[in-house]
Amino acid sequence: MASEKRLRIKTLIMVLAMVVCAVTGDLLLKRGMSEAGAVEFTGAGLGHTLVHTATSGMIWLGILFLLGFMASQMTVMSWADYSYVMPAGAFGYALQTFFAVVVLHEVVSTKRWIGVFLISIGVVLVGQTKPRTTECAEQVAEKAAASC
Amino acid sequence: MLTVLLLFVLICGSTGGEIAISHGAKKTGEPKRMRPRELLVFIGQVMSNGWFLLGIPLMAASFFALLILFSWHPLSFVIPISALSYVVGALGAKYLLKEEVNTARWVGVLLVCAGVALVAAG
Repeated sequence: MASEKRLRIKTLIMVLAMVVCAVTGDLLLKRGMSEAGAVEFTGAGLGHTLVHTATSGMIWLGILFLLGFMASQMTVMSWADYSYVMPAGAFGYALQTFFAVVVLHEVVSTKRWIGVFLISIGVVLVGQTKPRTTECAEQVAEKAAASC
Repeated sequence: MLTVLLLFVLICGSTGGEIAISHGAKKTGEPKRMRPRELLVFIGQVMSNGWFLLGIPLMAASFFALLILFSWHPLSFVIPISALSYVVGALGAKYLLKEEVNTARWVGVLLVCAGVALVAAG
């Protein structure tokens, strides 16, 4: 029972890290690319964008956060179900909407609020289920050793 | 017809790639401790796993399909349809990864799918 609780807590922490890294990374990339202006599909335009992206601290920070997202996703999927992590990660859409309203002062449509509400209910429902329903690598190895 | 094919590549490529990486991560086994050194070793092990190497081209194909679809259709068309990947992912988890997807998880996945479609359309 204690190990079940521990598993749930560490999964929740990693999913949260995953969502925060993805949302922050996207936000930083958006800010960084907006500073560069609209991409022009000419030799000079593409060259300007390339130089800007390679020298923008905002974009490098965004990439760092997205690497953090990938690392936390791989780590959590080493013990938790894919069908648990994938919908739980969608909570990022709700967080993005929250940031859009609070930080960017954007007006959010009713349709989007309904979407956020549905995602939140869905994430809560998935969160009630067991994070892991298959055997982990250690359990498989133990069983194989016991059968020898 | 080409749009349907690209949507298929988009949805199946991303879910197939994630399922392959998830399988590779499970085969590697979870890191013993959550310390930076152990995590880096774990990530290195996952990245040298064959399943990870299968997952990356699938996800790359999905990404290029997304870029092409964005150049042909509005975002409000592409993203709501791509939300179907939650349902395809749950099916893949059930039949390929042999995960136990119970009713509560199915309802949750369907609500998330509908929610993402509405957020993108709104």
